[in-house]
Amino acid sequence: MTARTMDAGTGDVTLFHTSQLDKLINMARENSLWYLLFGLACCGIELMQFGGPRADVMRFGAIPRASPRQADFMIVAGTLTYKMAERAKLLYDQMPEPKYVISMGSCSNCGGLFQLGYSVCKGVDKVIPVDVYVPGCPPRPEALTEGLIRLQELIRSEPWATKRRPAKGSAA
Amino acid sequence: MTTTEIHDRLKARFGDDVGPLSEPKIDAFAVVTRERIVEVCTFLRDEPGLELDFLEDLTALDWPKNNQIEVVYHLLSYRHRHSIVLKVQLDRAAPSISTVEGVWKTANWFEREVYDLFGVTFAGHPDLRRIMLPDDWIGHPLRKDYQETGGYHGFSNVRENPLVELKRLDDVRRAEAAKAAGGVDGPAKA
Repeated sequence: MTARTMDAGTGDVTLFHTSQLDKLINMARENSLWYLLFGLACCGIELMQFGGPRADVMRFGAIPRASPRQADFMIVAGTLTYKMAERAKLLYDQMPEPKYVISMGSCSNCGGLFQLGYSVCKGVDKVIPVDVYVPGCPPRPEALTEGLIRLQELIRSEPWATKRRPAKGSAA
Repeated sequence: MTTTEIHDRLKARFGDDVGPLSEPKIDAFAVVTRERIVEVCTFLRDEPGLELDFLEDLTALDWPKNNQIEVVYHLLSYRHRHSIVLKVQLDRAAPSISTVEGVWKTANWFEREVYDLFGVTFAGHPDLRRIMLPDDWIGHPLRKDYQETGGYHGFSNVRENPLVELKRLDDVRRAEAAKAAGGVDGPAKA
């Protein structure tokens, strides 16, 4: 039996043969999305309801995590100040790839009511890439649940292995 | 004891260093000279019958036309249920005043806040740093002539008009779609 040589750049070949496996992996990923708690203001209260018994996102496999190392996506909930923006970027950088961000509420979408303030960051997408924007002030837990479902749809349809999205201005 | 009576006691002790009591719109206030504020505060805290033991609030006002920054002290006595407001007028170019942190401990953070937002330096303060804004922030935002410096640490402070931005994204998408359609139609058929 001769030793088989594989293509040096095994990525494409492997992925081609395992495209069905990719679907399986994506299914596993979309149904166990753990989220990093990042409640900054009143949206944080709705974020707690999102994990509570009424909205109950654990039925979608979403579990709150207090550590970025264990989180798959991050929910930025509330007014982001410039001082906090650096911390948000740090937390995002600490999350393992592939990683996602849901921006919850007007404040983290665009600065919202406080966007004319001198210390308020005009949207979390100025700092880290955002996948799903949930409008509202604050959004109801149902709206955020829909945001989670949209994120699941996104994850279902993407190749996960090559996904890399560093924060703006970071070295990676 | 009414505010007027407190003011009379203060006037009897400090004379011209304490100004007249203002019209009582909400809280009547007396203007105190900058040099004697610590003495006045210590007196008000310790004098039997006054004992204003609680510094309710310490804040500031910016008056660019008068070229002044006013520091405001709201005092309250829990024991006697009376209160008075003191004001000190400072030069706007280089506002500086002695700290009352030694009189009421709670002044520590109030003074840091006033320093942070108005740029008033409190001489003798044990830890005069910014309290809310980042340490390397430029300027003091509650001054009337404060100008934003354009973002912070590379984070832009400009938000696009959403309608303009959506139109731009639509145009980009349409151009890409046209390009993709052209690409399929052109070389694939030929």
